[in-house]
Order: sequence, then structure tokens, then C-alpha cells
Amino acid sequence: MTAGAPLVEVTGLRQWFRVGGGFFGRQDTVRAVEDVSFAIARGEVLGLVGESGSGKSTLGRAVVRMSVPTAGTIRFEGRDITRLGRRALRPIRPRMQFIFQDPFASLNPRMTVRQIVGAPLAIQRPELDPAARAGRVAEALQTVELSPAHLDRYPHEFSGGQRQRIGIARALIMEPRFLVADEPVSALDVSIQAQILNLLIAVRQKLGLTMLFISHDLAVVGHLCDRVAVMYLGRIVEIAPTRALFRCLRHPYSQALFSAAPVADPTLRRPRILLTGDLPSPLAPPSGCAFRSRCRHALPACATAVPPLREAAPGHAVRCIRDDVALGPPG
Amino acid sequence: MSAAEALAPAPPAARPRSRAWRRFRRHRLALFGAAAIVVMVIAAAAGPWLIPFDPLHIDLRHRFQPPAGGGHLFGTDQLGRDLLIRLLMAGRISLTIGFAAMTVSTAFGTVVGITAGYYGGALRIALMRFVDAVLCFPQIFLLLVLAAFIQPSIATLTLIIGATSWMEVARVVEGQVRSLRERDFILAAETLGASGRYVMFRELLPNAIGPIIVAATLTVARAILMEAYVSFLGYGIQPPMASWGNMLNNAQEYLASAPWLAIFPGAAITLAVASFNFVGDGLRDALDARLDLH
Amino acid sequence: MAQEPLLEVSHLSVTFATENGPLPAVRDVSFRLSAGETLALVGESGSGKSVASLALMRLVPPAPRVSLGGSAHFCAADGSRHDLLALAPDAMRRLRGNEISMIFQEPMTSLNPVHRIGEQIAEAIIFHQGASHRAALARAGELLEKVGIPDAHRRLSAFPHHLSGGMRQRVMIAMALACTPRVLIADEPTTALDVTVQAQILELLKELQHANGMAVVFITHNLGVVAEIADRVMVMYAGLIVEEGAMVPVMTRPRMPYTRGLLHSVPRIDPETLGSAPLTAIPGTVPDPLHLPPGCAFAPRCAHAEPACAAAPPPLEPAGEGRLVRCRRWRALAEAPA
Repeated sequence: MTAGAPLVEVTGLRQWFRVGGGFFGRQDTVRAVEDVSFAIARGEVLGLVGESGSGKSTLGRAVVRMSVPTAGTIRFEGRDITRLGRRALRPIRPRMQFIFQDPFASLNPRMTVRQIVGAPLAIQRPELDPAARAGRVAEALQTVELSPAHLDRYPHEFSGGQRQRIGIARALIMEPRFLVADEPVSALDVSIQAQILNLLIAVRQKLGLTMLFISHDLAVVGHLCDRVAVMYLGRIVEIAPTRALFRCLRHPYSQALFSAAPVADPTLRRPRILLTGDLPSPLAPPSGCAFRSRCRHALPACATAVPPLREAAPGHAVRCIRDDVALGPPG
Repeated sequence: MSAAEALAPAPPAARPRSRAWRRFRRHRLALFGAAAIVVMVIAAAAGPWLIPFDPLHIDLRHRFQPPAGGGHLFGTDQLGRDLLIRLLMAGRISLTIGFAAMTVSTAFGTVVGITAGYYGGALRIALMRFVDAVLCFPQIFLLLVLAAFIQPSIATLTLIIGATSWMEVARVVEGQVRSLRERDFILAAETLGASGRYVMFRELLPNAIGPIIVAATLTVARAILMEAYVSFLGYGIQPPMASWGNMLNNAQEYLASAPWLAIFPGAAITLAVASFNFVGDGLRDALDARLDLH
Repeated sequence: MAQEPLLEVSHLSVTFATENGPLPAVRDVSFRLSAGETLALVGESGSGKSVASLALMRLVPPAPRVSLGGSAHFCAADGSRHDLLALAPDAMRRLRGNEISMIFQEPMTSLNPVHRIGEQIAEAIIFHQGASHRAALARAGELLEKVGIPDAHRRLSAFPHHLSGGMRQRVMIAMALACTPRVLIADEPTTALDVTVQAQILELLKELQHANGMAVVFITHNLGVVAEIADRVMVMYAGLIVEEGAMVPVMTRPRMPYTRGLLHSVPRIDPETLGSAPLTAIPGTVPDPLHLPPGCAFAPRCAHAEPACAAAPPPLEPAGEGRLVRCRRWRALAEAPA
């Protein structure tokens, strides 16, 4: 493998779920992730932005093989892990870790901090003696700036921000190469969000982490990520280096999403693009471009075929047949 | 950033265990039940040493002594045996069978439930349909049929009762595990490469312990009742060994002439079953995990 | 001379009785709300912002579990004045949902899942205005149309679970507006929604407010939303008001270090400075309300705190431009660059 090869490479990934069924119900297929391809270089942070129902979380979970993809391939460190079973994945797991959104649901309420943070060692390195394990747990807590006085406490004794630190310590204790963070700050108070974001930036630099950072918040993604992919109804509609994206938004959905994000500066007033209607049902997405039903630039041709992801500028790809709708930066 | 210093230990929130105890204490009947169980266990365990009678000693001169007559606090039966000592010896057997059958059925039901809930799919369907099938048999007939073929003893009765009362636990555990199965902390263990056994017994089981304890307590009550049924019908503990059930059977003939022969074992069964049910109810409230969130 | 305020809250305090002693959730909160005005109540979880609004609606548990202090004078449509905190439960019920309405963060929990939405809206109209069932249903249809629900009259017979989150919030707004209230209390109404839907709902609220002239108390933790919708801002921390004033000065020149910290901890979308500097986070966590520090509640987390800050609680004092600040050091900080 050459040095320039990406750490993670996803090609044509599909993740479908069957819903309903049972005795009387009709069975339907939700196409949560549809034909997604991207690569993440070593040390890079890729942001994944979208609203609920965009499939961003499903995608993040599929990449670390929490699910079995319906189609496509996932390569990690050059190796195809798409179809690996539980046993074959076991030695790979420590190198790719996951941070959950909800710090209340992601920690076992019946375990102490020592057990939670030490769990990866208990699972992966059962031969490790207790002193060595305790040392690594203490080290991991130090990385996330938690006091060792907390070791024998239970999750409910902590605030949301502290719990999120515990979850990050658990993810980092095995020194992973790749980290998927699924909305790690959206359940936290504003003043705590910045603490956790700064922590993630610090550990990224310290450990040379490669990350997939999932969020609905464009500002957070912009702050943390090298590149950003925007998702709508299971597909990536635009992907570009962060700065290039914020300088020139090329997909009408990215533009609407961007303009809808409220900015805490009353002196900056942006023209607002209000989308009409709701997200179409993922059970019956519109034909052709899935966004056309809410798009103010839609043409009749948009209904005929799914537009391909085409490169509009170097490294800047967009899934739209129109190239005359680019929107400059705000303000 | 000085986050580390600022992250002083969180406010001293009560541990789940002490909060559960506080809720249990509010439950008057459960406290009464727990006290009654303790008294019964101590009495059955230690009482026989303190009473100067042999439970099997036949004394035909002192038959049908009424309570408090001739030094016999609870009277004597048709063979002149001391009723109190027989009641306590019977208590040993009934309580032993109750606890042992509970252990057997809880262990088996937990394994079935956790396996079905964790693996899901076809295995879940097969196991839970099996549970339904066993539930379809009237328990008492199943018990009698099994008892008719097997030599009755404490061990066999325990196994028979255990084999017909694990389904409740299996259902409770399966439901609990299925609701926890998709929780993030279970997914977290999976992304660490945990084995199925680790997830089931280290992550899931501690979170299902509350409902298991409740179901187990109620199972003790039911097992005591079952033992009494079977022995009453003559398929269980065989005379001259005493059990609350066969003492009742024995008392039938003398209901009019010596009612105390029926009243004391009947009261013992009622007290034991009611106590375990009260404790079960109290534990259900005390261990309700929903009350522990936030 | 300004017109008489619709709602005048003075020294509101809300204290919960807990197993571990009294928990002061709201402490000495006073404010005035005029017709047509939007007051944003900003704070993090535990700041008391939601409890304060629930207390005004008298939706907190009764004494002795909760004790209320202070007064909240409301000026009804017929000119009569009522103290919301002292009003009899019956009289309060007549005001609530009629002259004062409330919408919540999670519309699904406030809508009854087994009743059709048309019936649920109509019920409020029948209760407060004594309209006939038919007239009430017709009015419900108009309201749904007004809050931008497509195909409104057909949707009257839909159940809540048939609707998306954004549509459910629109239904909640329609219900709250059924009797044209004079005051609307909106408790994080867009927090559970996606940003594109949030933008639609904020736009809708602004339009409706413009048409009805109602006053809105908008509770949120999102400073972007504040900049979007508020005329005035009230920042709460640990149950106290720490800064209050007109929106633009507070948001552009915050005086209280906490407000300043909140504003700086939100990343900005600016392609030129993107991600170049770490965010200035506020260290630590909010204090435990059962063990509040003796001095300024924010002092343990404040970069500008002096020994005096920890000794005694600072007063809420005027700081020019009609602004109130609860900080001993606001003058020194006003001169220093932000």
C-alpha cells in the first residue's frame, strides 16, 4: 500500500432496510443510503452534513460495520471489510471507533467509569494484567480531561458533557486510526459544545486521527473538517473542501441548508431561501433528482434520471444538472 | 483550557441501589412480607431444634390434642404427632422447594430469554414459540403427569416445578433484552469487537436484573403453591414426611372434629405465598428502571 | 410614555422541595412584556428558563412541592388585571389557552395521539368561546390553512402520527393561536426540528405575530435563533437574570462574561477564518442548584472573576442603553476588547 492511499474508501455503498411486513402489513424498503462513494485520506477529517432522514447516521454506522451493507464496498486500510463476519472484524475493530450522539444512551447505566472505559481492553486484551489496564484507563481519562476521582462513579452521576468525555475516552483507549463521530455535540449545552469540539480537535492532532464527523450543524462541520459532504435523501449531493464549499455552494439544497442556519450575529442578514414542503418519504422518493420536488431551480429534465455526481471545480463535485445556480459566500 | 480542574466531582447523587431501597421502604406490605419471610425461614431452619418433639414420633394416647393442650402449642394430629414441629419441618421442605425451583426456573428462563432477545430472528421465533407452547399446557396437569411418572422427592419435585415455571422469566427477560438490544451502549460494545457472550452477560444481564428479581420472587410464591397442590393431591411429598400440602390432605377427614389440622398449614401457605407476592410487588416498584433515569 | 405592559413579572421565584432540601430553580426574575414584542429567554439546561415560563402558566406542581414567589400581572383583553401567580385555578384555566398560550419543544407529546387534529383544535375553541362543534371545526380548518398546512381541510381528520415533525409543530401553533392569545410562550419550539424546517416555523411565527400583534416569550438556547427573532433578550444562568436588554446591543456588545462566552463558543461560518482558531469554550459545568456558590454563580467558570466576585452575589444593575447586567466588573470589561 502506498503512503498516499486513502485510509477509508467507500464505493457505491447502499444500505436498505425492510420495514413493516409481519402478518398483515405491507413490506417496504427504505433506501437509507443509496450509491454513496467517498474516500478519506490519512489524517483527514471529512464532515457529513444533512438533516434527519438524509441517511448520514446510517452511513456512518455502516462504514464501521455496525450493519451489513446491502451493496457496495468499504475498504479500511486497503482491505475490503464489507462482508467480514464478527470474528474477522474483531482484530480490526480497535482501529476504527465510534462516538455516539446521545451521551445518556451510549454508556451502560450499570457500569462504573472504570468498567466502561476499560471495556475495550477487557474485550480485546483480556490477558492484560489489572495494573496495566488501570494505567491505560487513567491515561485515557487524562486525555479527555476527566479526573481519576471519577473512576468508580456511575454514568448518571455526570453531566452530559462529562458523559461525552467518557464516551470519547472509551473510543480512544485502543488508539484507533479512524474515528466516526455521530453528532457528538448536538445533545450538549452550547457552552459545553465548544469544550468537546476543542477536545476533539486536540486529540485529532495528538493522535493523528482520521475522522468522519457527522453533524446537522454546518458551522460546527466547517470549524472542524477539511472536506464536507452534504447528504439529501440517502445520496451525497455535494462534496468539496470546506473552504471551497463555503465560498461557492453549487447545489440548491446546500444553499437552502446554508441559508436556513441561523447566525448569532444580528448585523449579518442573509437572504433566506425557504424550502417549501417536507422531506419526501424515503419509501417513495421522487423520480430523478430527489430534491427536485422542493427545488426552485428544477427543470423538467430533473425528473428523468438521477443526476450524476460531476466535478464542477477541482475536488468539488455536485449532483445537479444545472451549473448556473452557484451561490457565493454570505454577507 | 482549564476544563480538568473545573470538572469537579459531580453532585453526590444517590446510587441506584440506595434509591431502590428508599422506594422499597415506602411499600408497607412489602416490608411486612419481607419480615414474614425472614421469620418463616429462621423458624423453619432453627425452630425444630428448640421444640422437644420428634415430628415422626407417634403418640396414640395424645391424638387430636387441641392447640395449647398437653404442652403442644399447635395441638397434635390423628397420630398424636406435634403439629408445630411438623409445620416447621414441612416449612423447610416447602421453602426449600420454593427457592430451589425458583433458582432452576430463573436460570433456565434467563438463558432462554437472553438468547432469544439477543440473537433475534429465527432463533427468537423458535424459542419464544416453544415458550408459548409450554404455556399452553395447563401447568397443574403437566405437573401431575410428570409427577405420576417420576418418583417424588424434593429434588424431582424441584425440577418438575422448575420445568413448568420458567416461561414467565423467559418472556420478561426477552422483552427487556429486546428493548435494550438496539441501545447505543450495546452497539458500542459491538464496535469494540465484543463476543455475543460478553454482550449478553456483561452488558445486557445487569440491566435486566431488576425484572428478573421481581419475576423470581413471584416464582417462589408460585412454586410453594404448586408444591402444596401436588402434595395435597398425593403426588408430591409422601407421608410420613410432612409438607404443607400433604398436611392439608391429611386434615380433610377431620375438618369438623379437628379444624386446627387444616387451619395451621393453610395459614402457613397463605402467609408464605402472600409474603412473596407482596415483596415481588414492592420490588417491582423499587426496581422500576424508568424511575432511575434522570 | 410607553404603553402599559401586557405582562409584568416582578421578583418571580420558583423553589422545588426535594429530598435533599429546597432547590431554587428561578430566583428573583422580573421583566415586562409589551404588545407585539418578542422577548427571548436564553439559557442552558438548568438555567430556569423553562421553569419560569411554566410557573407563569401555572403548569408547575402545586405547593408544597413547589413554592412560587413574586407576582405576574397580566392585562387581559377586557382591561382587567390579574396576578397569574395568585389567580384561582378556575380563572387561570379560562386564561390559559385563551389569552395566554404555550407551545412546547416536542409537539408529539402535547398532542393526543388517539384524537384527530381537527377535533383537538376545535375542543379549545369550544371550551373558550362556546362555539358550536361545526363552527369550531370550520375555524380549525382556517387556522391550519393560516399556519401553512397544505390541503388544510382534509388534514383536519388526520391523526398526529400522520404528520411530520414540522407539520405537528404547525398544528401546535394553530392550537395555541385558536383563541388569538395576547401572549404566546414558546418553549424551544424549533429545537427538535431540522434547520430548514426551523426557518419555516420562525418565519411563520413572525408573520402571525405581525398580523395579531401578540407578544411572544421565546425560550431557546440557540443564539442564532435569538438574532433571528428577538426584540429583547434576557439571559439566565442558575435561575437568575444575568443580562437583559435590546437584542442588537446584547448580541453585539455583551457585557456579562457569560453572555460573551456563549457567543464566542459558537463557531462562525466564514470561509476566510474557518477553523483557524480554537473556540473559546466556557470551562466547567453549571453549578448544582442545591449547592450554589455564595457569590456570583458564574464566578467559578469566569475568566474575569476577582476574589470579590466569589464573596457576595452581584446586583443586577443598569449598564446604559436600557440594559441590565449582573456583573461586578462590567465597566472594566466594557472597555476591554471582546
